[in-house]
Amino acid sequence: MELLSGAEMLIRALHDQGITKIYGYPGGSVLHIYDALFQQQDIQHILVRHEQAATHMADAYARATGKAGVALVTSGPGATNAITGIATAYCDSIPMVVITGQVPSHLIGEDAFQETDMIGISRPIVKHSFSVKHPSEIPGIVKKAFHIAESGRPGPVVIDVPKDMTNPTDKFEYVFPKTVKMRSYNPVTKGHSGQIKKAFDLLINAKRPIIYAGGGVIIGRACDELVELAKTLNYPVTNTLMGLGGYPGTDRQSVGMLGMHGSYEANMTMHHSDMIFAVGVRFDDRVTNGLEKFCPTAKIVHIDIDPTSISKNIRADVPIVGPAKAVLQEFLKLLKASKVKPDTEAHKAWWHQIDDWRTRHGGRFLTDDSELMKPQQVIQMLSKVTNGDAYVCSDVGQHQMFAAQYYKFNKPNRWINSGGLGTMGFGFPAAMGIKVNFPDADVACVTGEGSIQMNIQELSTCSQYDIPVKIICLNNGSLGMVRQWQDMNYESRHSHSYMESLPDFVKLVEAYGHVGMRVEKYADLEGAMREAFAMKDRLVFMDIIVDPKEHVYPMQIPRGAMRDMLLSKTERT
Amino acid sequence: MRHILSVLLENEPGALSRVVGLFSQRNFNIETLTVAATDDPTLSRITITTTGVDKVVEQITKQLNKLVDVVKVVDLTEGDHIERELMMVKYKATGAARDEIKRTADIFRGQIIDITPTTYVVQLVGSSKKLDAFMEALDTSQLIEVVRTGVSGIARGEKTLSV
Repeated sequence: MELLSGAEMLIRALHDQGITKIYGYPGGSVLHIYDALFQQQDIQHILVRHEQAATHMADAYARATGKAGVALVTSGPGATNAITGIATAYCDSIPMVVITGQVPSHLIGEDAFQETDMIGISRPIVKHSFSVKHPSEIPGIVKKAFHIAESGRPGPVVIDVPKDMTNPTDKFEYVFPKTVKMRSYNPVTKGHSGQIKKAFDLLINAKRPIIYAGGGVIIGRACDELVELAKTLNYPVTNTLMGLGGYPGTDRQSVGMLGMHGSYEANMTMHHSDMIFAVGVRFDDRVTNGLEKFCPTAKIVHIDIDPTSISKNIRADVPIVGPAKAVLQEFLKLLKASKVKPDTEAHKAWWHQIDDWRTRHGGRFLTDDSELMKPQQVIQMLSKVTNGDAYVCSDVGQHQMFAAQYYKFNKPNRWINSGGLGTMGFGFPAAMGIKVNFPDADVACVTGEGSIQMNIQELSTCSQYDIPVKIICLNNGSLGMVRQWQDMNYESRHSHSYMESLPDFVKLVEAYGHVGMRVEKYADLEGAMREAFAMKDRLVFMDIIVDPKEHVYPMQIPRGAMRDMLLSKTERT
Repeated sequence: MRHILSVLLENEPGALSRVVGLFSQRNFNIETLTVAATDDPTLSRITITTTGVDKVVEQITKQLNKLVDVVKVVDLTEGDHIERELMMVKYKATGAARDEIKRTADIFRGQIIDITPTTYVVQLVGSSKKLDAFMEALDTSQLIEVVRTGVSGIARGEKTLSV
């Protein structure tokens, strides 16, 4: 029988769970845990400079691997600083376990120093949370936390640990459970076969089909099944912002991203379709545009593991609750056995129409004679220099949309962005979280001069642990997306959307021991970017000056149908 | 439309707050809520009355089911069911009002469970509608205080809500 303190149990349980890296920041309530960390070799701890960054690092690891990342923070401000990161993971269904310190049990409720009700504060943005009541519960709670975080529709789980639960002198028997059984939590493992048959009839008989695939395909590891289904049927595929890379972006059948800033062809194909095969998506308001005008001629098959996502915004004709992978495998079986064949004549006409849309407006932007670089050109160059194979970790704003539109992702788990919550400051720590786990990969943080300053302190963490990410800062001297909306809706009154007193980013990163570059001309871009990526062991910050007047297009017209789009400052559909 | 939802959930600290939080967080309406442990002390049973169109109530049921602590949810109003609520009402009871309150309480099969020279407390059990009717039957000028438990409900016949 092995006796361990609560602190030792926590670290041991993480190790038994297969965790090798955690991200965190110490403080009073977690000192026992940090002492236990100090006395072992199995788990590497990465010290960030702000707790938000710890959660984003853990989150990015999860986005790339599907396994829960772990953050460790102290009580009070440590815990509240983690909230934005927890909410970010929650909105994108990312598995994560966040361990927060708490004041000792006898002080809870006394307004003690660095006390906050973390269970209460985090309640609306966690999949579940645990408060430790006895040290011997710790291994079981850790096991359950990972099970809940990673299964079903994944999400973040908080474990709140009062300091006395980790007291080094109170030792108890350590038993790490092999399995988890919870009567109140049993996520579905397969779809309803009757519903799948009904949906298959719609799928195989569709004349103007489209497959609408989201983040659920990636987190549910169903990309191979999706590709096989789409390829066998020869149906067009559109990806959501969260689903990019779930279907190869350079494939002929890909019509690109859909939604507010989706491609012309994706939104047109959706609008005119007679069958939408939706998998791992939630008909988000940034996708559907006006609900009343949504795809008037389409029958909708909706596959999702979370029943609350189905018929929440758009009513599904055939709802299927189940994991994307298992459900798509059933469809593949039916397809192989099917006597009814897809209507290739109808599909030929449909493809003709889609290709026409594609050639009319596909993926273009206007360059002018000015010296100023267009942000789209920078993303295209990034795609070229990294062969479309880098991990691209984006911040939030115009640069995020340009990256989503112009970087062609051919593999899943490579596009790391805060889609649901839209967290500025996410990109840089996310890139760090990827780089420490995939040291040989090219990792780019696509950001702007606004977003990067929301977690720029992490340049210090990168110095400490040698994390050589490449920061591609599209510097337009203003909060571009805010400015775009102000241009369009507020007669260009740029209320607080421009950045006065920007730092000299080159000098700033040099102060932290990194490499800085400033690029002002398109002619210099390729050389500079190749040089940056050739410096395998150095963090390089590329401060790239781009046209501040550029808008993101297409842009759906509010409350319109999916096909109602602005295509440039002067054209609309 | 009014719905009565019965929820079985783990009798854990914080479980109730997750249920209540869900309603405010998602802008769902909540009219009454009762909660207590069941014969199995590890389980609590909540009865919630809410109003909403079918689509909203469907979301409420799905969202409740999604909470990790929730074991089971049924909408009692989908089938035959019994609902009861307990109410205690304190009246100024002097002069003619003393008899009037007694008479009305008898008609509604209520009991007077506390008496002072100037007050009565009437206890009444029944459906929410019956309780409302009693309140309307008596002159409100005599009314001092009302407390209602909220609705508890159970399905009729063989149907049960258990693990």
